[in-house]
Amino acid sequence: MIRFEEIGLRYGSGPEVLRDVNLTLEPGSFHFLTGASGAGKSSLLRLMYLGLRPSRGLITVFGHDVAGLKRADFPALRRQIGVVFQNFRLLDHLSALDNVALPLRMAGVGEAEIREHVVELLHWVGLGDALDAKPPTLSGGQQQRVAIARSVIARPRLLLADEPTGNVDDSIGMRLLYLFEELNKLGTTVVIATHNEGLIARFVHPRLHLERGTLSVLPAGTPMVPQPSAQAPVLPAGLATSQSLTGSWLT
Amino acid sequence: MIRQRLDLPLAEDSTGRFLVWIMAVMIYLAIVALAGSMVLAGMAGRWESGLTGRLTVQISPLPDQSVPPLAQRTEVTLALLRSTPGVVHAEPVGAAAAHKLLEPWLGTALLDDLPLPALIDVEVGPGAGLDAPALAERLAGAVPGARLDNHAAWLADLRILAHTAQLVALAVVVLVGGAAVASVVFAVRTGLAIHSPVVELLHIMGATDAYVARQFQTHVAGLALRGGMVGLGLAAVTLFALRLAAGDTPVGLMPDMTLGLREWLALVTVPLVATALAVITARWTVLRVLTRMP
Repeated sequence: MIRFEEIGLRYGSGPEVLRDVNLTLEPGSFHFLTGASGAGKSSLLRLMYLGLRPSRGLITVFGHDVAGLKRADFPALRRQIGVVFQNFRLLDHLSALDNVALPLRMAGVGEAEIREHVVELLHWVGLGDALDAKPPTLSGGQQQRVAIARSVIARPRLLLADEPTGNVDDSIGMRLLYLFEELNKLGTTVVIATHNEGLIARFVHPRLHLERGTLSVLPAGTPMVPQPSAQAPVLPAGLATSQSLTGSWLT
Repeated sequence: MIRQRLDLPLAEDSTGRFLVWIMAVMIYLAIVALAGSMVLAGMAGRWESGLTGRLTVQISPLPDQSVPPLAQRTEVTLALLRSTPGVVHAEPVGAAAAHKLLEPWLGTALLDDLPLPALIDVEVGPGAGLDAPALAERLAGAVPGARLDNHAAWLADLRILAHTAQLVALAVVVLVGGAAVASVVFAVRTGLAIHSPVVELLHIMGATDAYVARQFQTHVAGLALRGGMVGLGLAAVTLFALRLAAGDTPVGLMPDMTLGLREWLALVTVPLVATALAVITARWTVLRVLTRMP
């Protein structure tokens, strides 16, 4: 499905944010992707959804060597990948229904069929009464559900989600993860980036863990041990000696 | 209901309003230039068809007492013309008709006092092979003050004028079209820059470059058509106003501003052609810009 070999990624002339990443996602697998902020989770997901090209190494997606693909080859591959973005990236001028319908329209599905599927899915995620609502009028949790519905509506072969339960309460978060599990049982390969250890603990799936740009694959059920900070943060001298800060702001 | 909408929020861009008015002005100028060219071409055509196969003989009044009077010289000229092979018809232009021709320039007061030349309208048979220079020479030798005008020089000038005017109109249309294309390129590039995050999102979801281009094509088509209708409306008002204004002037001083149905239909297609040009430009611009993207 997806294979990364010795992948390195740097932005411009900056340091490598991903180093020597080797990874194979088998068809129908389910992985959580964890790591501290800035560890490179979003960059790894971007490489997976073909939003970036690596600085070095070889990426194979659905059997195609990405380096050898022409620009015109990418759309067909990307349509097989559903993505839930951390900041949703919904189109504010479109209704919830039209947002979710986008992948189907790009695939050339007929309007009647689009409506049927989209309405059904929006009802399923609890937004049946918000079909025509524009994203700015929806709560964060509702927007997230629209984003998730959009990512799964075209039944992608690979589903990538960046913190998909970050803005919803636990019950809706569980419901959404069950949706991902159901899709996984139907054959969709799933990778979910999350910080929510509570949710991870309820599912038996292996974990891809990023630590300062380096990836390790941990078997299901491996608890995460918090990494001690290399060094306690030291306040700038000016701040540390400020009476007003120590008296109010820092407390 | 699912409504057909643009995935890119292009309708909210201020460049849209700008493009409508740019297109309106461009199409207005193009239609007026084309209409002017058509009027001149029609006028030249009418004059040319009216004068082809016709000659005019002018016999000037002469103060010299030794020369026979004008009426006698006119009779001699008529006899000579009617006996010339190839001349189908030769008829003097009556004084009333001559006065009517000169009235727009000289007014009525002067005409009665002026010594006017006698004019003979000559019709030449088609393919008769009349040798006009030889006839002119014979006339000049036989009748003092007689001069043959075959309108060749005048028609040549008219043709040059009409062709020049048409070239100028064509140049205006080309310039206007170039400016319209540049405006569309600018508006589309601006739209791509403003909405680059959405374009990137659509690409991530699997949109082809052609899909993105269609968004801009649809948007630009709507703007160009709206601008085109405004431009056509303004041009129609202008042309009707010119026609009304020309209607009161004496015949001959102003060209006939009447356009035929075929000409009007041609002018009505200008906004459609401009819209097609704008759509092609939008598509070309989007594809060109996107191809350069990683």
